[in-house]
Amino acid sequence: MSSLALRKAAPAAGTTPGTAQGPPLRRRIALVPTVALLLGALYCLLPVAWVVIASTKSGSELFSTFTFLPGTGFTENLSDLSAYRDGVYWQWMGNSALYAGLGALLSTAVSSVSGYALATYRFRGREAIFNVLLAGVLMPPVILAVPQYLLLAQANLTDSYLSVLLPQILSPYGVYLSRIYAAAAVPADVVEAARMDGANEWRIFTRIALPMMIPGLVTVFLFQFVAVWNNFLLPFIMLSDDEKFPITLGLYTLLEQGANTPALYTLLITGAFLAVLPLVALFLVVQRFWSLDLLSGAVKS
Amino acid sequence: MPNTKRRRLVASAVAVTLGTTALAACGSSDDGDAQSGPVSLTYWTWTPGMDKVVDLWNKGPGKKDQITVTVKKQASGDTLVTKILTAHKAGKAPDLVQAEYQALPTLVSNDALADISGEVADAKGKFAEGVWQQTTLGTDAVYAVPQDIGPMMFYYREDLFKEYGLKVPTTWDEFADTARALKKKAPDKDLTTFSANDSGLFAGLAQQAGAKWWTTSGDKWKVGIDDAATQKVAKFWGDLVKEGAIDNQPMYTPAWNKALNTGKQIAWVSAVWAPGTLTTAAPDTKGKWAMAPLPQWSASENVTGSWGGSSTAVTTDSQHKEAAAKFAAWLNTDRDALNALAKESGIYPASTSAQLSGAFTTPPEYFSNQADFYTTAAEIAETTAPSAWGPNVNVAYTTFKDAFGAAAKNKSDFTAALKTMQDDTVADMKKQGFEVAE
Repeated sequence: MSSLALRKAAPAAGTTPGTAQGPPLRRRIALVPTVALLLGALYCLLPVAWVVIASTKSGSELFSTFTFLPGTGFTENLSDLSAYRDGVYWQWMGNSALYAGLGALLSTAVSSVSGYALATYRFRGREAIFNVLLAGVLMPPVILAVPQYLLLAQANLTDSYLSVLLPQILSPYGVYLSRIYAAAAVPADVVEAARMDGANEWRIFTRIALPMMIPGLVTVFLFQFVAVWNNFLLPFIMLSDDEKFPITLGLYTLLEQGANTPALYTLLITGAFLAVLPLVALFLVVQRFWSLDLLSGAVKS
Repeated sequence: MPNTKRRRLVASAVAVTLGTTALAACGSSDDGDAQSGPVSLTYWTWTPGMDKVVDLWNKGPGKKDQITVTVKKQASGDTLVTKILTAHKAGKAPDLVQAEYQALPTLVSNDALADISGEVADAKGKFAEGVWQQTTLGTDAVYAVPQDIGPMMFYYREDLFKEYGLKVPTTWDEFADTARALKKKAPDKDLTTFSANDSGLFAGLAQQAGAKWWTTSGDKWKVGIDDAATQKVAKFWGDLVKEGAIDNQPMYTPAWNKALNTGKQIAWVSAVWAPGTLTTAAPDTKGKWAMAPLPQWSASENVTGSWGGSSTAVTTDSQHKEAAAKFAAWLNTDRDALNALAKESGIYPASTSAQLSGAFTTPPEYFSNQADFYTTAAEIAETTAPSAWGPNVNVAYTTFKDAFGAAAKNKSDFTAALKTMQDDTVADMKKQGFEVAE
């Protein structure tokens, strides 16, 4: 209480009240969020820095030298990793790219069509479908993995590329996001105008609505790509052939070599570092699509 | 895809050329299982280099018997048990699985493993009794063939023991005295640490003391985690931690590696596979370590526990159980197979005949200073106490990590943690529907 009173009293004491005291006060307020954000950034980046630095250390340096001192073994680690079981690591990387790339693409396609339909058309049961989807958003995909395995086992699809791709195609969150985005970005007037001009519904969607939805769909694609890339449990349950493993599962086999065999830490860390790079690259490339958001918009009001 | 095609091609070619002889050979030994034509088996294993060992089979005895085995490399641990059980639920478990000894009761109680006593009974003589007993679960059935074992031993820094004038402890009392003596001479050093992050270590120590954690009488299970033997072990380590005679930091962390590498910790209670771990954890101290038998509870005793080890089992989902059992027996008893396993995978074989041949005639590189490493190891392995695993070892292990981890950190009562472990294990068994005798 007293300190507050003091601070309030201070301007009155100055010769030019308000102007002199204003800016420092504002700066003091901004300090807290800045520090909080910096701490947050540090919290996120420190482990990444650790992985980057640790991946440069050779086996003997890994645990014996100072944590943030770069080592000398990066190229060696890289060639060891590539040589491990005839380069199975790159096979895992390729598999992950396939699962995440194709999976996210298909998922985005499904999400865009369904999201658009839910946003533009009024039909019986629309809200019911949407509510079920919302419930799906709340359902963690982890608990679906085992039922999905048992289902696909009946169709004899387990241990195949399809078994990992199929369950990831329908993303409730993607549909939800697409609907919200389509409702906001595709004005009913534009759809109406296109209908007046004689375009059929499919043409309206592909030629008019889809381009308007691109920034939203990029987000859906990115989310889904990251989700599939990082997914562990679904491929873990579905796949038994390690040549079909995605990178997450592959790295796990490097870690869990059996109680009697030490984990291949140097390979694992180098592998983890390389596995992050595609995601970083993807974010950097895709970022530009988000700025489109500001420029797009067909109806001037 | 091309792989399977090629395999089929090879298989049919073999069928044409060797068909008659192979069938004639089979006819005498097999008891008329529906084993006509080539058989293809899948094998889930985490052992590194297993594909190369299996190649020997596929090119040798497997080719003759038209049994082709395909390795599907997995990650080890409890997660694999879950994965096998999930696959079994869908009827899609592989023909052969690698399973740690303590996972066998879980798999058997879920009806996932086939009884292969008929096919592998001959192999019994090739294993120490305490090892073989783990695959029978005390019944007439045989659920797996032992592959590798981890008899426990005492590892110490020979040079530092000399420097501090310490004697290698032969009993646990001496072990405690050694820890105290070291603390007196070099307060910043520790003999070793008590770590709660690998339950197998504690289970092995309890096993050495004569504990039987799970037993059956009639239809009922009896859980003896909180028995007198285990209490003795828990109290021993708890007291050492409490008085500060040993460290209480977990192992397998970078800090632990560093402590071993710099000589801050100068001994480790471990198992036969320790050289591999030490090679990566403490590379700078190569050649400075030595191995001795585990300290005993009384001077007249000579027993050890086991930490780690696994077996090869045939699943009930397999369409070719006989062929699978044949492979499992070959893998773990055949000379060439065991030599290859030692060379490619670095495992310590369960088969007693293999423990002194091939790769085990010379000491591991890290222990080049101890010429009789493997002769000593084989003698120790023979003294392995029998173990008694139950259907929910994973639950007991998880509670161990939590309860003992906290107790070690707070230097609090270990026997209370043991009680928690017992209670949680019993509660889980009851929840799963097992009859548990109090």
